Amino acid sequence: MTAKDCLEKAAGSSLGELALQLEEDAGTPREDALRKLDSMLTVMEAEVEHACHLPVYSISGLTGGDAYRYDQYRKEGGSLLGEIPALAATYALSASETNAAMGRIVACPTAGSCGILPACVLAVAKVRGIPREKVLLALAGAGLIGELIDEHASLAGAQGGCQAECGSAAAMAAGAIVEMLGGKPEMAFHGAAMAIKNQLGLVCDPVAGLVEIPCIKRNVGGTAIALSAADLALAGVESRIPFDDVVEAMDRVGKALPAALRETAGGGLATTKAGLAMKEKVYGKTE
Amino acid sequence: MGLFDIIGPVMIGPSSSHTAGAARLGRLVRKLAGQEIQEATLYLHGSFAATYRGHGTDKALIAGLLDLPPWDERLRGSFELAKKAGLRYRFVPTDLGEDAHPNTVRFDILCKDGSRHTVTGASVGGGQVEISEIDALRVRFTGERPIIVCRHHDHPGVIAAIAGLLYEARINIGNMQVDRSRETHLAQMYLEIDSFPPPGLEKEIKAIPGIQDAMILRPLEEEQVQ
Repeated sequence: MTAKDCLEKAAGSSLGELALQLEEDAGTPREDALRKLDSMLTVMEAEVEHACHLPVYSISGLTGGDAYRYDQYRKEGGSLLGEIPALAATYALSASETNAAMGRIVACPTAGSCGILPACVLAVAKVRGIPREKVLLALAGAGLIGELIDEHASLAGAQGGCQAECGSAAAMAAGAIVEMLGGKPEMAFHGAAMAIKNQLGLVCDPVAGLVEIPCIKRNVGGTAIALSAADLALAGVESRIPFDDVVEAMDRVGKALPAALRETAGGGLATTKAGLAMKEKVYGKTE
Repeated sequence: MGLFDIIGPVMIGPSSSHTAGAARLGRLVRKLAGQEIQEATLYLHGSFAATYRGHGTDKALIAGLLDLPPWDERLRGSFELAKKAGLRYRFVPTDLGEDAHPNTVRFDILCKDGSRHTVTGASVGGGQVEISEIDALRVRFTGERPIIVCRHHDHPGVIAAIAGLLYEARINIGNMQVDRSRETHLAQMYLEIDSFPPPGLEKEIKAIPGIQDAMILRPLEEEQVQ
């Protein structure tokens, strides 16, 4: 299936409705799928707040406390970002710190990129007062975008680098925002395409091989990219390169990335002086 | 992949392969044992051996052995729970060879009834798992569909007898594989079946002349998060 096929099937409807239809065709009734999405949304609502009220630290001790710190700053009115982007940044930090601290999260598409979709969707829904049913449909639409990326490229950092994880999450989030705010399916795909284009080639280089540095902050960056891409799409700006072509490029770029930059902790930030020192702190001296 | 492979699963972080998959693997071993486990030695291979502490793989494996699902928030405190439940455990980083998947664990367990078992499995990505060996029997069990594993004398009719029993129970075979050893004249068979086997089927298979050992593994039914 391609975005082109989806646009034909979703004509006059929405990506979320099409995603539910496809699930129904595969044997999951609409009501069951919505109930499942609802229980996931409940987990998302908890994870985006969890690390805001009190500092939460990761099990390795390398990261934590930043969602709390940023939220205090945001509430004092210091943020440079508008209400929605600042709230999304807080939410993304909270979800990612919760993940690193062995808290409960929804992988979407992965655990390392779990902050981007809930942060964007819940920040927009809260500020704009979007009803829950519409949020669930937006999540379903985001899932469909993820399915297309999975089919034609990859969602795994070990295969495609961070563009496959945070890049895909931002594309899913951009599509979900467009859908929630009433944009047409074409616009959702333009938003998703623009989000991927802004993260094309992003490497996966986790310090000490852990889902913390730089993953947590890349979730924040992912929200900023998703929100700007969705905003452009809602304004009628189109991606000059269509979504299907962008995903095809993403696949080629991912395959061209050396193994050292695909989740092996063998390059990038992982092998900087500071990165290696943190690795030693966690695991002790090796070799 | 469907919608819920992309949105989901609900899990305890930080890693679907190193935490959620590890928890599921431990739980599959607990389900195979069918009873409480009192002692476990966990041999960790590859990436699991290198990073298990940082990813909480150790806590997740123990949570699984205690029958907790991968989304249970008590997973983080599983070592304390193990103490209360009387489960003794130790982790041994090891090298299981080049053929082993990078996220492999070998479990040596002592069950409540005094029996000892060895199970080897791997977390193969996205929280999915695969058990490759149970008490020296080679298998390929993902916990999604029931499987039948048996060891039998390599002569005509044994496989037909098993297929006959499945036919009588109206059970379809989805996948099968037979391996044999020239030295021992024993064959090992692995069958993936599409529906639940009726009670007593394992006993009937064991009663077939030529069958040395047989075992039916049921899928891991994971309850939804509350």
